[in-house]
Amino acid sequence: MITAGIDMGAKNVKVVILKDDKILSRSLTPGRFDQKAAAEKAFNEALQKAGLSHDDIEHVVATGAGKDVAPYANGEISMMGADALGGAFLFPSARTVIDVGAEEGRAVKCDEKGRMVDFVINERCAAGAGTFVEAMSRALEVKLEEIGPLSLKAERAVPMNAQCTIFAESEVVSLIHAKTPKADISRAIHDAIADRIASMTRRLGIQRDVVLVGGVAKNSGFIEALKRALGVDLLVPDEPEFVGALGAALSPTRRIGECEK
Amino acid sequence: MAEKRYKTKPLDCWNEAKQLRQNYYENFVKAHEIGGVRWAGGAWSFSAVPAGLGDDIYSLTGEPYGATVAYNKDFAEECHEAIEAKGYARDLCAYMRNYWGSIVLNKYVWGGEWPKPDFLWTTHICCSHAKWYQVAGELEGGIPYFCVDVSVGPYNEVNERRLNYIVSQMIDGIEWMEKVTGRKYDDEKLIQAVYNECRATSLWAEICTLNKAVPAPLDEKTMYSLYVMGTLMKHRKECADFYEKLRDEVKERVANQIAAVGNERFRVMTDTQPPWAFLELWRYLQEYGVVSIGSLYTFGLIGIFEVKEDGTWGPRTTPQEQGIEIETREQALRVLAEWTLSRPEWQHFYSPELKSDMMKRIVKEWHVDGVMLHYNRGCEGLSMGIAENKLALKEAGIPVMHFEGNMGDEREFDLERTRAEIDAFLEILGAR
Repeated sequence: MITAGIDMGAKNVKVVILKDDKILSRSLTPGRFDQKAAAEKAFNEALQKAGLSHDDIEHVVATGAGKDVAPYANGEISMMGADALGGAFLFPSARTVIDVGAEEGRAVKCDEKGRMVDFVINERCAAGAGTFVEAMSRALEVKLEEIGPLSLKAERAVPMNAQCTIFAESEVVSLIHAKTPKADISRAIHDAIADRIASMTRRLGIQRDVVLVGGVAKNSGFIEALKRALGVDLLVPDEPEFVGALGAALSPTRRIGECEK
Repeated sequence: MAEKRYKTKPLDCWNEAKQLRQNYYENFVKAHEIGGVRWAGGAWSFSAVPAGLGDDIYSLTGEPYGATVAYNKDFAEECHEAIEAKGYARDLCAYMRNYWGSIVLNKYVWGGEWPKPDFLWTTHICCSHAKWYQVAGELEGGIPYFCVDVSVGPYNEVNERRLNYIVSQMIDGIEWMEKVTGRKYDDEKLIQAVYNECRATSLWAEICTLNKAVPAPLDEKTMYSLYVMGTLMKHRKECADFYEKLRDEVKERVANQIAAVGNERFRVMTDTQPPWAFLELWRYLQEYGVVSIGSLYTFGLIGIFEVKEDGTWGPRTTPQEQGIEIETREQALRVLAEWTLSRPEWQHFYSPELKSDMMKRIVKEWHVDGVMLHYNRGCEGLSMGIAENKLALKEAGIPVMHFEGNMGDEREFDLERTRAEIDAFLEILGAR
């Protein structure tokens, strides 16, 4: 069976095409203001990479914040359900999947079949999400892709008390004025977001193995910070931002989610 | 396999419920035209007590009024902005802000000017309630105000001394009412109102108990429109009579397997007041065959229960069913206080464990598959300890989710995000 998963994320649209559980192609397009157009672009790119036409796809399953406007979708699955399926597919030993994306952080507990059994979300606050890192990198005048590696060069842990993005930004400015090295400030930023995600995950109960997915999982500084905060090792896939789309593409064969939209 | 479908039909007494509610709000406005008296206070107040002033005494209870405003999003926003402009914080009780906002705007949610009461009669059930009417009275230009302190602990710790504390305040309150209204108090009317209240609140508990049946004869969204009668006029004969009629109809629905939700496959319960402007979520559940059978809030805010011989919850036996004849003012007040303190929704103000135990009981006896908790920023009182309730339910192996919101201020509710969380919960239950 050939299936496609579309993850209509807050920042990027991701598409994965699967054939009998084998990934044929992936595609990512920034969502911007027209998420539907972005999804069409990503979907067609994924088809092209896989050498398929639209008619070859039996099920298209949408997930993510904008799933209601996903084109071509004939099914849908919750973001948490997709994370659980995708995470457990890549790492069968996974029992906890943490997803940190642009808009929110969430943690999902799953069973050996990748079926979600519980979840928790960081609601209505950018402090536990990728947006927080973006805002801090701007305040620090460091490119987003550099802030993670920079934090690994820190020589000491600097406490950052504010959880709110707005207050944290002013705290970063204060640290700059105090001549704190940028590497130490970078680590403080990652420690702050990691502490928040760890605290949220503990409410769920940390069960190993723990998988980290979502766009922020590409940030090496955050991975290290979260390992420290949780006190456990993390399994991180090569393409962490595609795990939601992968889970959506897996859902028709696993009969999880609503496949008749 | 074909999906099982139950018979379903609207309630026969639905229009009567709507009419009763409409009459209540209209009668309050018109009270002065017929020489009557208006009082306002919380739905938790001892509403049977002012009934001794005469048959032309009309009340306006604040919480159902605040909920009605909440349902009308535009007016609610107007109320919030008006009261916030006066310097009151937006994290105060949302019902209270809807109520105060109406006073400041001089607008009644049903149309026309704000109908000022003649006196205020309430209870100090939570931190907001006492201040609610103190401030309301000031905003209304100085309305006489009496508040009964009821902080005597949970029902399982009630003793004579604690009951005396409440009864003595109500005795003082009656003397105060006579002074502010210039009327002579009639103990016979008080006694009848106490009988009415015991009958009405026991009947509501019986109606909720009938919802243990599968399929559920009532869904919670419908129950919201029915339990409200108890929050408006639990002491009045028409309320008790209506609940008796409703009880008979619900019994018939159970006997004939008439469901509230024809495709019932899963049963959930909620907690605390819902986000009133977004009740569409309760209908959304039904699309997936999920019926909310009620909640401790819907059952126990009005319903008075007792543990029956078989160990299950059922309607509390009324004083009249026990053959108790109330003969004096003090006896009536004592019966009323003791009866009111046994209200299930009262107990968690003192202990989240008591609430968790009642919730677990409902899960078991009402055959509930999962629990949806509303972390209600609009009501600190009923949200108190709710995270501990969540832990207790989880420890008991019960699937549970929470969503954040506000019963009366839509600015603190995110419909799409809540729907996404509900979708995930429905997947856990196997409904999606």
